[in-house]
Amino acid sequence: MPTRTAAPPTVVPATEAVTRPLVVQPGEATQGRAAAFPLRREGPAKLTGAARYTDDLVFPGAWYGATIRSTDAHARLLAIEPDPDVDWSTVVIATAADIPGDNVVSLMHDDQPLLVPVGGEIQHHAEPVALLAAPDRETLRQLKGRIRLVTEPLPPVFDLEASDHEFARYEIKTGDDAALEAAFAAADLVLEGKYRVGHQEQLYIENQAMIAVPDEDGGIVIHGSLQCPYYVHRALKRALKLSSVEARVIQEETGGGFGGKEDYPSILALHAALLALKCRRPVRMIYERHEDIAATTKRHPAVIRHRTGVRRDGTLLAQDIDVVMDGGAYCTLTPVVLSRGALHAGGPYRCPNVRIRARATRTNTPPNGAMRGFGAPQTEFAAETQLNRIAERLDLSPAVIRERNAYRVGDATPTGQVLRESVAAEQVLRLAVDMSSYESVRRETGRRAAERRGVGAVPGSPLRTTDERHAGGIGLALAWHGAGFTGSGEVHLASVASVELGADGLIRLLTAQTEMGQGTKTILPLLVAGELGVPVEWIEYAAQDTAEVPDSGPTVASRTAMVVGGLSILAARCLKAEVEARHPGAPFHEVFRQDAVQHGPTRIDQHFEPYPGVAFDDATYRGDAYPAFGWAAAVATVDVDLDTGEVTVGDVVAVDDVGQAIHPILCEGQVEGGTLQAVGYATIEEIKLADGRYLNDRLATYLIPTALDAPRIHTILVEAPFSGVPHGAKGVGELPMDVAAPAVVAAIHDAIGIWMTELPATPEKILAAMHAGAAA
Amino acid sequence: MPAEPPIDIPRRLFDAYELLAAGLAAGSAPVPIAGGTDLMVQITGELREPPARMLDLSRLDELRGIALDRGVLVLGARTTYTEIRRSTLCREHLPALVECAATIGAAQIQNRGTLGGNLANASPAGDTLPILLATDATILVGGQRGERRIAAGDFFTGYRQTALAPDELILHVEIPLPTGRHVRFRKVGTRRAQAISKVVMTLAWHDPRGGGAGWSDVRLALGSVAPTPIRARATERVLEGASPTPEVADRAAETLAGELSPIDDVRSTAEYRRTVAARVLHRLLREAGGW
Amino acid sequence: MSFRFLVNGSPAEVDAPGSRRLLDVLREDLGLTGTKEGCGEGECGACSVILDGQVVDACLVPVCQVDGRIVRTVEGLALAAREHGSLDALQEAFLERGAAQCGICTPGILMAARAYLDAGGPPEEDAIREAIAGNLCRCTGYTKIVEAIASVANLD
Repeated sequence: MPTRTAAPPTVVPATEAVTRPLVVQPGEATQGRAAAFPLRREGPAKLTGAARYTDDLVFPGAWYGATIRSTDAHARLLAIEPDPDVDWSTVVIATAADIPGDNVVSLMHDDQPLLVPVGGEIQHHAEPVALLAAPDRETLRQLKGRIRLVTEPLPPVFDLEASDHEFARYEIKTGDDAALEAAFAAADLVLEGKYRVGHQEQLYIENQAMIAVPDEDGGIVIHGSLQCPYYVHRALKRALKLSSVEARVIQEETGGGFGGKEDYPSILALHAALLALKCRRPVRMIYERHEDIAATTKRHPAVIRHRTGVRRDGTLLAQDIDVVMDGGAYCTLTPVVLSRGALHAGGPYRCPNVRIRARATRTNTPPNGAMRGFGAPQTEFAAETQLNRIAERLDLSPAVIRERNAYRVGDATPTGQVLRESVAAEQVLRLAVDMSSYESVRRETGRRAAERRGVGAVPGSPLRTTDERHAGGIGLALAWHGAGFTGSGEVHLASVASVELGADGLIRLLTAQTEMGQGTKTILPLLVAGELGVPVEWIEYAAQDTAEVPDSGPTVASRTAMVVGGLSILAARCLKAEVEARHPGAPFHEVFRQDAVQHGPTRIDQHFEPYPGVAFDDATYRGDAYPAFGWAAAVATVDVDLDTGEVTVGDVVAVDDVGQAIHPILCEGQVEGGTLQAVGYATIEEIKLADGRYLNDRLATYLIPTALDAPRIHTILVEAPFSGVPHGAKGVGELPMDVAAPAVVAAIHDAIGIWMTELPATPEKILAAMHAGAAA
Repeated sequence: MPAEPPIDIPRRLFDAYELLAAGLAAGSAPVPIAGGTDLMVQITGELREPPARMLDLSRLDELRGIALDRGVLVLGARTTYTEIRRSTLCREHLPALVECAATIGAAQIQNRGTLGGNLANASPAGDTLPILLATDATILVGGQRGERRIAAGDFFTGYRQTALAPDELILHVEIPLPTGRHVRFRKVGTRRAQAISKVVMTLAWHDPRGGGAGWSDVRLALGSVAPTPIRARATERVLEGASPTPEVADRAAETLAGELSPIDDVRSTAEYRRTVAARVLHRLLREAGGW
Repeated sequence: MSFRFLVNGSPAEVDAPGSRRLLDVLREDLGLTGTKEGCGEGECGACSVILDGQVVDACLVPVCQVDGRIVRTVEGLALAAREHGSLDALQEAFLERGAAQCGICTPGILMAARAYLDAGGPPEEDAIREAIAGNLCRCTGYTKIVEAIASVANLD
């Protein structure tokens, strides 16, 4: 293990008063960690308004770009007709005919065009058809509505289960179907369940923003709000026929991503670049909120069916799970979202007989894409609610049934992956149960619910109120989250991270990992400084500019801390060894400046190598789906308004095993933010559609929790390290997103005795279910 | 980038009247802007066409102030929700209005949004509007043709339509404060701040003899359940002369559910609105009856 | 038309249509890009500034209504803070406690919190949550923001 740096921050001293997160290491007593950690590196700039986000940048002479979109869900594009009464000579229009390379947004499959060509098919109502650039926004605003699209409607498909176009299909099986059915036949209880989840908007507060600047040689420089500079780079090269040097992508300060800036920025960058090449001047494309919600990707809706066989004591015997996800109109990242969803669909539980069948279909709605959790929040909501329903039927505590089934070291997952280490399911469960006094609170809420039901819920009329206006409940859930890319994804990525000792004696860390609030710029230098034994402020973190940094892969899948953190440490370790070898007996920190003067620059490019003993077969879906898993438990308390069905989430105890909490304060921030997004997913965040169009595409209608709606979140970090990386970290970004929603739904059940099997569990659905329950 | 329509900035009420009249004569009157919480959203052009011309009210001090005048609470049209929340007069004489103001938006909206703006915007979800209906408020409006009073009950003429003429301004709102009147307010939204109501309700009644021996002058007003804020007159008739007993509450709730015809929209469903309106009323009656 | 007002203690004069949003005046005419736009309709609070002591959404304020008044933006917060150089106590508390993540909502939340504290707001959690309920944050879950504001309220 590298030494843990405790470098005193230089900008502003941390005070003693700052409370530290509770961090628990396996085998040790619970302890508060007292060490000081560096302050967020770009924090002072963000706090003073000095940080420059894309829309804050000034490019003299820049024009403004806008997108002309379809208003049909499915149609053939017959013509694009600019109004003949308008003088179009002062502006620039770009269509598919202007694209120099392939009319493809390069990602997984080549199905999505940058712009629908005349004669081509429009697949969703917000689909880009043409682009317009103007020297000022007033002209742009006025002319945007003067381009008419002539279309011939085609029959649309909106029902994910009715669609016959599949983007992907997987089957994960522990054995043959006969064995599965035999296991069901031997079960004491077989329970079926159907679960449904809707879209979720990432809702980064900074809208999508991109500025394209053409250079004199036909190249393009992109400045933008984005997670993955090299995704955008690849897309530019392909569609605009640019070389690696001609296309250059620079990430600017990014105001949140949550997956929403993983794939969509490629489209926006291509649009801005196409206009910029045609205008031969910089073009700004900054979405307004309405366009951002209407046109960009969302979390995949899904329908998930479970059939579960258990013994009377709660032991899982058989799981038969069917997952259907709605990919929207184009493939984007759907196959990998579905894959992660399927791999997590059984929940963190050992079960000898499992069959998971998953498919994703096409509908004529805007494409769905990456969002924090990436398929797992959908399937784990279903798995946890199913298990809670089984516990209820068997009269077992939800904690007990989880203790009985939770993975332990040595267990095998449905893909046959043997969990050899770093399994903290039982530990996070126990901590969450203990810290929330789960069992005693549950006894109390159960007693009150029994009294209430004895009185009778709304006798005679659903319009009546009961003596009590509120009901309290407590709920528990457990989750796992595979660390890094799925299957052999990391091998295919072949990431490179570099550490460089410059001739000037400066140490630079070069990766493509972007900062979007999660702390990349703070934690990666911290790891390198720890390895080199120098203060963290001596490590420069290079800009995320494709002309500067190597491709260390996308900033997604909670992979930055684990994968790129590991590469950074190994690169630093090599640098240290190389320098120290030239100065026998002297430690790195004493000699590196002298070494730079004597020997010139030294640069270590650390290439990803498969983690020892980790192998996955993409064809059969057998093997090690992930090098390691993070484990999380959450206990939520709710108050349900019995008159209105409104839910207030009071407290959430969130226990997350992250392998190593590199920077506990930032790590805790990830848990808190992910937990609130999950609470929003469970309660109020809902996209309503009509004819494939989002009805609530504004911030006044798509609501996320405010500070008054947010629960008090109590975080406990657990460290069960992964031995495949030098520091043991397994990532934290997505893990909390998987677990809080089912905990909230369990708490609602504890309060009112009703299982909400659809997310979000809105007051409308809760009240309707209460009445259906009272009438039954 | 929103549109930037021309804006007139009168310094006297007299000038404002003249600008309104002149605009109307020339084709269309400028749209008055006070706190901008509704109108500045409109200039983005995403919801409705931006107004062609605006009229700034921020220099017109005649439209400000909260006063008590012979048993009538007088609130200037430019009174903000924050001013209502801080007003000792409002707190003492009409706490339901203070409670209502606290549910509108959050600090930023409360600091800017005005009572007059809530009236002029005439959204069916306007949170103060059921209070004005239930308290028999009167709206004083003025223009070059003089001043006139419009009863709150006559003010809302259709979806986002009012009895205010295009060349008139709302000057102030007069709320009578009869002794022995009780006013209760309740809003149901999607979240606890920054939420537009799914159902908003005000119930007012007189209980002259006290002890619930029989209510009089019952007013029940609701928002977000019809194209305009409305009075629920059939339900009022059930409650008039009655006492808040369980039987009366049941009957009132049933009557209200039958009387309302809300719609499904992006914020909620017709069924939810109808049911919750009835239950909120049932709860208010239960609380009033103390059972 | 020409409008004059004080921004962060310095006189500013802009020649603009009276209906131009204060947000656009700050960001484009005055180059003060610390104030952010998140929705343009008063829902997210990212453009919060302090106008004559009250927190407002700059996207909802026409510049004609700012004439002769006093505006404070995030760029002005630290001007009064001498003892720590570049940050005031509130900014410092945000930095130490990890209350800023992506940072796009941060200027607005700082201004809402500053208005609350300047009005004598107490360190009570519920009151602080209400004071920043007009500011959406998608990163933090608000926990550390509330803690940071409370820690400064405690100092007063």
